[in-house]
Amino acid sequence: MTQLQAPETIEAERKKRRRRKTGMARRESRLGVTLILPAVLVVGLLVIFPLIWNFALSFQQARLINIREVSIFGFEPTLQNYETVIGTRDFWPVLRTTLIYTIGGTILSILMGLWAALSLQKAFRGRAWVRGLVLFPYVVPVIAAAFVWKIMLNPTFGIVNVWLERLGFNSVDFLNTRSYDISVFGIFTISVPLALLTVIAFEAWRYFPFAFLFILAALLSLPKDVEEAAFVDGATLSQRFWYVTLPALRPVIAVLFLLRFIWTFNKFDDVFLLTGGGAGTRVITVKVIDWLTGRGNVGAAAALGIVLAVILIVLVIIYLKFFYTDEETA
Amino acid sequence: MSVSRAVLEERVFGVLKWISIIFFIIICLFPLVYMVALSFKPIQELLINPGQWWPTLEQVLSFETYRVVLRPVTEGGFGFLTFIRNSTIVAISTVVLTLGVGILAAYSVARLNFFGKRTISFGILMIYLFPVVVLAIPLFVMFSRIGLRGSLYGLILVYLASTLPVALYMLRNYFYAIPVELEEAGMVDGLTRLGVIRRITIPLAAPAIAAVALYVFMIAWNEFLYALLFILERRDLWTLSLGVQQLDGQEVPKTVLMAGSVIISIPVIFLFFIAERFLTEGLTAGGVKG
Repeated sequence: MTQLQAPETIEAERKKRRRRKTGMARRESRLGVTLILPAVLVVGLLVIFPLIWNFALSFQQARLINIREVSIFGFEPTLQNYETVIGTRDFWPVLRTTLIYTIGGTILSILMGLWAALSLQKAFRGRAWVRGLVLFPYVVPVIAAAFVWKIMLNPTFGIVNVWLERLGFNSVDFLNTRSYDISVFGIFTISVPLALLTVIAFEAWRYFPFAFLFILAALLSLPKDVEEAAFVDGATLSQRFWYVTLPALRPVIAVLFLLRFIWTFNKFDDVFLLTGGGAGTRVITVKVIDWLTGRGNVGAAAALGIVLAVILIVLVIIYLKFFYTDEETA
Repeated sequence: MSVSRAVLEERVFGVLKWISIIFFIIICLFPLVYMVALSFKPIQELLINPGQWWPTLEQVLSFETYRVVLRPVTEGGFGFLTFIRNSTIVAISTVVLTLGVGILAAYSVARLNFFGKRTISFGILMIYLFPVVVLAIPLFVMFSRIGLRGSLYGLILVYLASTLPVALYMLRNYFYAIPVELEEAGMVDGLTRLGVIRRITIPLAAPAIAAVALYVFMIAWNEFLYALLFILERRDLWTLSLGVQQLDGQEVPKTVLMAGSVIISIPVIFLFFIAERFLTEGLTAGGVKG
């Protein structure tokens, strides 16, 4: 039970407490800075500083041979590296490939993730087991995943071609065929960029579990009453999906599209390991590393890296401005 | 009419659902089964009859390809034991460093107030969305100049920087969920802030810390691009991912390549099995990049 106090003592008490609080707040803030300092140092030295250096490098005639003499201050006011990388014959085709690869991989992996989440949303015996299994493509090291695909698709002894031949088709070198002619009912032929499509299929296979997890979590948290009301009103399964579930999933799909787009656009390993960038699958990241290690032109690699980052930022801004809707606006 | 359509749809989608489940099981499981099966198969047999990819029991028990892969180069093998050791050193060091730096930073962001906090934590998160190749080039130059290229230390430092954002993000979210009252009670009982972190926050966040540790381990274990750029010239320092990739030449039998792929996958799949629940929750909470 609190005793009654004179107003002035309460006031004095309050003042004292406030003073103590600000003293403590100052100590807290100092501790806060101390605790985050190691992280800031790591990021500063290994991310921010290199980024600035990359910018400087893109204005330098830096080669792999004279790499030890390259200084961060040695840049010249010349756009030569940018002219070199944008002026090469394959710049626009590479950009086009990158966009097809990124958009194709992103959309397919989200569609597959949606499909898997819808199939696995209702409980059945062994669902937990299947759900764990479905994450395998995402968890397996990219090296192992890429090489299994390479060997499955190998034209001489890969399992896919063994089956194709058993079914009476010719064997196909999926990862080394730039364009493949498919005859449609023998009337006309269409040629498809086979290696690129195979790489996109790999992306869809490898990253659908990511979309699956997000969409499944969203599905399970949806309120049941709206769907039930639609059911009572006689809406069929497909109508309930199209008019009730899908609109409710829009926010999570919008976020997934953004994340997967950015990460696929930045991806290097997958294409490099599957095709090495050959047969019409060269994406910008592979080209950047090619400038660096293949041609030993560090300055050009740095410049193309900047171009890559700028294109990505522009695309993300366009997406956020015109296509992205989050919970508040949806 | 509409009732019959509804019933029809229920039936059709009911069947489609099971077909889909079987489809997903096959596409997720088959590549791994094929990888393991081929890793036991002698390459000559596979080339003669590619349709017969399932190994016999004797072939499995002989472990021939695995012996070749693990044997040191001096004895005609591929020296994978060294790569396993290197990968383990790199991955575990990365986990220890990232957790050390990450826990302190995450606590600071979750609980303490200081000027510029939001900017800093947002900035660290943005790294996660930034193209790795753009960082790789200047780091390549930088490390060449200070002699960190061609050493595992350089690799560990880079992995620390690239796993810090996800660690910070996941830990911060978890720290937010710990009731402040518990920490305040600790302070009332005379603990300092650091004492609170050590005695209260870290034990309470143990599941999250374990999940982050597993993620960081997997990221460092699987990483390929930096390894390719930094340690290619030093075969004795190759990590498993680089070792497997370098096997992909004309002269190495593909079955040996599969054995290497199995070796690199085993720890990851094992960790995934023992901690699937954590990992799935963490994955959706932190959005781990792949």
